[in-house]
Amino acid sequence: MSARKPRLAMYWAASCGGCEVSLLNIGEKLAALGDAVELVFCPCLADFKLADVQALPDGAIDLCLFNGAVRNSENRQMAYLLRRKSALLVAYGSCAHEGCAPGLANLTTAAAIRETVYRGGPSTDNPAAVVPAEISQVPEGTLELPVLYDTVLTLDQVENVDYYLPGCPPESPRVAEAIGGLVAALAGGAPLPPRGSVLGALETIVCEECPRKRLSRRVERFHRVHEVAPDPKACLLEQGLVCLGVATRGGCGALCPRVAMGCRGCYGAPPGVEDQGGRMVAAIAALTAAGDPEAGGARLREQVDAAMATVVDPAGTFYGYSLAHSLLRRARVTRKAGGEEGRG
Amino acid sequence: MDQAQGSAREPVIVGFLCAWCAYLAADAAGMARAGHTPSMRPIRVMCSGRVEPEFVLRALRDGADGVLIAGCHPGACHYVDGNLKALRRFALLQRLLDQFGVERERVQLVWVGAAEAAAFAAAVDRMAAQLRALGPLRWDERVLGGEGAGLDAGNAAVPEDASA
Ligand code: SF4
Ligand code: SF4
Repeated sequence: MSARKPRLAMYWAASCGGCEVSLLNIGEKLAALGDAVELVFCPCLADFKLADVQALPDGAIDLCLFNGAVRNSENRQMAYLLRRKSALLVAYGSCAHEGCAPGLANLTTAAAIRETVYRGGPSTDNPAAVVPAEISQVPEGTLELPVLYDTVLTLDQVENVDYYLPGCPPESPRVAEAIGGLVAALAGGAPLPPRGSVLGALETIVCEECPRKRLSRRVERFHRVHEVAPDPKACLLEQGLVCLGVATRGGCGALCPRVAMGCRGCYGAPPGVEDQGGRMVAAIAALTAAGDPEAGGARLREQVDAAMATVVDPAGTFYGYSLAHSLLRRARVTRKAGGEEGRG
Repeated sequence: MDQAQGSAREPVIVGFLCAWCAYLAADAAGMARAGHTPSMRPIRVMCSGRVEPEFVLRALRDGADGVLIAGCHPGACHYVDGNLKALRRFALLQRLLDQFGVERERVQLVWVGAAEAAAFAAAVDRMAAQLRALGPLRWDERVLGGEGAGLDAGNAAVPEDASA
């Protein structure tokens, strides 16, 4: 057992700040955690500088909670730096774990996003067509911005990750258990969980924690949330409302289905499932009753296709949190002559 | 160089064939030398309804130019309605793949009877011709590696040592 307190760092890459809030949200346990560690880097909460981290010897940070996806060259460099400075690196939250909402950028390209945001957006007013440049010359010198990547990456696609803490953001009681447990083990010299473990989550799916009743009902079509008032007790999926609980790791307590919102999948794929979207295609297909086998080839295909067309935006819905970590990882984009981009 | 290689290489089709109809048809087509292109890598499954969407995604990611799922005709499934399950999966998977920029010709579902060797060979030949016209997919290299589409010059860059 070492005399000094474990050194803790928390860093946000392409993230929203919700992960930092989930840590602050552990309530009275925060005081104990604050006492148990020495915070050495956390730009969201305290005024540390990059140079402070650079000055540390390699491996000097005992535990680094890295949240956010790797979306640009600065995120990439910070992942590189923090991996070297940290003994344990945790992919904290869905963005670092599986790409989360930033990962949906993988359905398009950086250039197309820049165009929409700075020029094409319905509320954009930019007559001079000012677009941020990676390098700008100003009287004071040269300004540089990070390079925006076409493909959003997860932390484990760029550096070795020791532990994963899923969720968008991770549920605070789970954070308290998982991070509190790691800090206690570090401080007391107790054994750590095996490298690569998923912490603060279950080995089962969200449905296992969901109080809604499944009755093996099948559906003819799917609905969007504003189109129907769901039965308060029955499984949402069996009412034709897309719910990713069947394809999502439990641990959140099924918060969303409890309040009649289908699970969006933020805890990621459960053990044994490589691709949340693929699993959802299978689940939705198994639930759909459409298609009369007597109707014969072409008519049968039309009926089934019409039912599946009621699932709006399958890629965005089934991979809302895991696209960057899915089997295909991004959409295919072809560059046509003249620099125009199109899908396929 | 990429172009030259692309046109010289026969398209790779991963074929998931149900053991009861499609596999027998494929076998008979092979015995009869019914001439279907050597593009297809057959994988025998007990039922087309057994083909998980993940299998198709993995085949596309790992180098297939196309995936063919073949099962018995509607009403003739050995497991009553496994082929209907396959159709429901397939219809949704195609909509998903549209959003990934995968052309519809690259993933196909066909129904063949055990005795329809010639029809099966023709379906494979037709698909191979369609894939030849589309060109190679090679997801790992061309989409994720950024080759071809010219994506991700930035992603490939080795990070500067930020600690320097
Ligand atoms: S599918 Fe959704 S609503 Fe149905 S049991 Fe699972 S988590 Fe609950
Ligand atoms: S129900 Fe789904 S979306 Fe909601 S918190 Fe749980 S895992 Fe996340």
